[in-house]
Amino acid sequence: MKLFPFIISAATTVGLVTVLNSTLVLPAPLGKILNPQSGVWQNAESANENFNANLIFPSLKGNANVYFDERLVPHVFAENDEDIYFIQGYLHAKFRLFQMDLQTKAAEGRASEIAGSKAIQFDREQRRLGMRYAAENSLIEMEKEPKQKALFNAYTNGVNAYIEKLAPKNYPLEYKVLNIEPEKWTNIRTAMLLKMMAKMLSSGTEADLEGTNAKNIFMPDELKAIYPQVNDSLVPMIPKGTVFEKPAIVPIKPANADSLYFNNQKLVAAKQAYKPNINNGSNNWVVGGSKTQSGSPILCNDPHLELSLPSIWYEMQLNTPTCNVYGATLPGSPFVIIGFNDSCAWGVTNAQRDVKDYYEIKFKDASKKEYWFNNQWQASKLRIEEIKVKGGISVFDTIAYTIFGPVMFDASYNGMATNVSENRNLAIRWVAHDPSDEASTFYNLNRAKNYDDYLNAIKSFQCPGQNFIFASKTGDIALWQQAKFPARWTGQGLYIMPGQDSSFMWQGFIPQSENPHIKNPERGFIESANQRPVDSTYPYFIPGQYLIPRGRAIEHYLTTMNSITTKDMMELQNNYYNITAENIVPTLLKYVNEIELGENEKKYLDNIKRWNFMANADSKGQTVYNVWWKNLQQFIWDDELKKSKNNVAYPTSETTMELLIKDTALIFIDDINTPQKETIIQAVTTSFKTAATMLARYEANGGLEWGKINKGSVYHLLKTNMPGFSRPNLNVGGNDDIINAIHDSHGPSWRMIVSLTQKTEAYGVYPGGQSGNPGSKYYDDYINNWAEGKYFPLWMMNKAEATDKKVMATINFKKG
Amino acid sequence: MKFLTSILLTALLSFAACLYLPWWSIAVVAFIVAALIPQKPGKAFLTAFIALFILWFALCFFLSSANNNVLAHKVSILIIKMDKPYLLMTVSALIGSLVAGLAGLSGSYLRRSK
Repeated sequence: MKLFPFIISAATTVGLVTVLNSTLVLPAPLGKILNPQSGVWQNAESANENFNANLIFPSLKGNANVYFDERLVPHVFAENDEDIYFIQGYLHAKFRLFQMDLQTKAAEGRASEIAGSKAIQFDREQRRLGMRYAAENSLIEMEKEPKQKALFNAYTNGVNAYIEKLAPKNYPLEYKVLNIEPEKWTNIRTAMLLKMMAKMLSSGTEADLEGTNAKNIFMPDELKAIYPQVNDSLVPMIPKGTVFEKPAIVPIKPANADSLYFNNQKLVAAKQAYKPNINNGSNNWVVGGSKTQSGSPILCNDPHLELSLPSIWYEMQLNTPTCNVYGATLPGSPFVIIGFNDSCAWGVTNAQRDVKDYYEIKFKDASKKEYWFNNQWQASKLRIEEIKVKGGISVFDTIAYTIFGPVMFDASYNGMATNVSENRNLAIRWVAHDPSDEASTFYNLNRAKNYDDYLNAIKSFQCPGQNFIFASKTGDIALWQQAKFPARWTGQGLYIMPGQDSSFMWQGFIPQSENPHIKNPERGFIESANQRPVDSTYPYFIPGQYLIPRGRAIEHYLTTMNSITTKDMMELQNNYYNITAENIVPTLLKYVNEIELGENEKKYLDNIKRWNFMANADSKGQTVYNVWWKNLQQFIWDDELKKSKNNVAYPTSETTMELLIKDTALIFIDDINTPQKETIIQAVTTSFKTAATMLARYEANGGLEWGKINKGSVYHLLKTNMPGFSRPNLNVGGNDDIINAIHDSHGPSWRMIVSLTQKTEAYGVYPGGQSGNPGSKYYDDYINNWAEGKYFPLWMMNKAEATDKKVMATINFKKG
Repeated sequence: MKFLTSILLTALLSFAACLYLPWWSIAVVAFIVAALIPQKPGKAFLTAFIALFILWFALCFFLSSANNNVLAHKVSILIIKMDKPYLLMTVSALIGSLVAGLAGLSGSYLRRSK
């Protein structure tokens, strides 16, 4: 009997420990997390943290030093290539391990291992997109040359050298909260990361499914007007009037294209559930010496991506006897991606070109083992994917691979379709699946000395299509739109294509030398901002999801600017000019019927009448315009587009603007659901009144200032799962169609300005901080500067400056 | 005297154990100390409870102060849904002290059952 109290209390103790050590009852293992000796308290980095260290690794070939400046940017000095990438891997892991691990697992379709069953659909879509397949193909190419393979190995070894010595109590905080372990790095994970970029930038730049459904609603000439290939307002990267060579390839349209393809009215239900943001765009421009105060070129770049903490970028300087480069690196990949060396600078924006097409497959039966192709049944390769689920049982998904590529959509997977009656088997043909080694482009760019080196470096870059902008100290400025782009016959790949024979397949690729490019133009500047690269005289059919306004705004300024300084360029990167608004607002004001407006509504109208077309944080005009214009577009298009239960492409804001300015009697203005015929006056006035009720709500909930509506935010990678770890509601202006393209949690992820004077003068900033540790003061310390449009000078350090007071700490790497 | 010795011994051994072992080794420590030093069950609970409360609160406080509470602000919002660093330290300390207290109680009961 005396044992009874003991048994009760002992059982209670064991029970309590079990509960606190697991997620059986609690959402997180609180004992594990909150104990001070191995929980998250260990991640509370001292404000005076000493980053000095001496490290010895047997795999190093020589000795190396890493000097951290006061912003925690490492300046790495190594004796050879392999050591520098070993150290780059080591530092990426030391400061950004969780992000590398999470991003590559997500890219591969393994998010459920971290997030549990809620990520299963995401994982299925990643696998059906063939992300792992793409990385496998890439890896073969990356490891073909032993010298190249050694560099990737060195990087991988560097990451693993850090992981191997990492005690659980020092795991990044997120591992502890999620109760998971870091996974060893491999070269294919580097390939996965680059495929993540490929998806981000080239898997949302087509609208084949949405276009297929639009074909059912609109007549052929209407389709051309609503979804034009070349917008009237386009200002291409390659100036109009440029003469293009005769094309080396002239693809032939199949004889039956009209009946089987253009006039095919079949609908499609499938809808990509995780289509990348169309505004994953960017700005870059370069001004030649003729337009700058110093007489040397200035290069500017700001890639627009989903903003996150930790940031996608990590700043570094990498120095070896044959290379000295500074810039933004991608944790998970060796090399500097956007940056400059002692001779030149380069940057990238997205090409927005369509490099992914859908083909309809006819399977023999539900087993998907055979499909009809060129008059016979062909065997498909079935890939059985196991999706492991945290806290649950594995999900298996069978994906058929055809001659085109993986069958992404079929009876078992339709993305986020709302309508299942139009199920079709759709294989994708995507350039990102082709074997290629994009990373070596950056290895070579890091070492480029002149224009020829730059051109050689980028030639092999296949996917995603990028606008590589370039400037050198010798005064050259240039831009190439570079990728492996299919040569299409007019109309090819706008819609789902027949996949029962080879007649609709791509017939070849545009030769690299015919990719749009420009070097040292007389006007003294080059810009790219995701617009169509060329006007309609370019001899190839090049569909894409182009973004027009930012390029126009940049041209507007650069055309007239002279004696340009780096300060001018900072101002331009942070510019808020709304060029679309300036074009459309006169039409809106002309047709709004003020007699119908109440007092409060007139007040909102006054905001827009007095507006200077700048979308800055305190602008009320931008808010009124934004809500009004959005409502007017819905008034015009929703009645037609909502006829379909399926996903239909929405005409772009620029196209609608152009159509309205050209023709105020546009037939689409009429609301087809009402008996009477609406005019532009009714459309503009009704949409204004609808907007006004929304604006009244905004006004009551904090104000009409654009910064409050725009909600510039930088979220932790785990988003709402990590409240307190994000920086929401920064009071910033901008929008997707504004040069300073901040909108919600999307925008300039790295702003860089490089003046190629004899001693390089460079500036940069990104919305984050060098440390991925939320318990570090370096976690988000750049965000205020970024939001205010301020920059840091980028210090291209030389080794003799090791005793400079800017050097805050040193890590010495020794071979041993 | 036993009261103070128990507190000190539990705290010290818990700290040492957690340098190498998982956090719940504090339960083992508190159990052994209570089984060795004869005390009434209530006192055994209390000494272990106090030992771990002081130890863990002090450690949290020390780590977080050096960090200017940067981390504690964020984690408190995550775990207790309030931006209260010191409350988070208290919650952390309570987890350790409750586990240790119960283990101490068990140790004392075991001793009595012989």
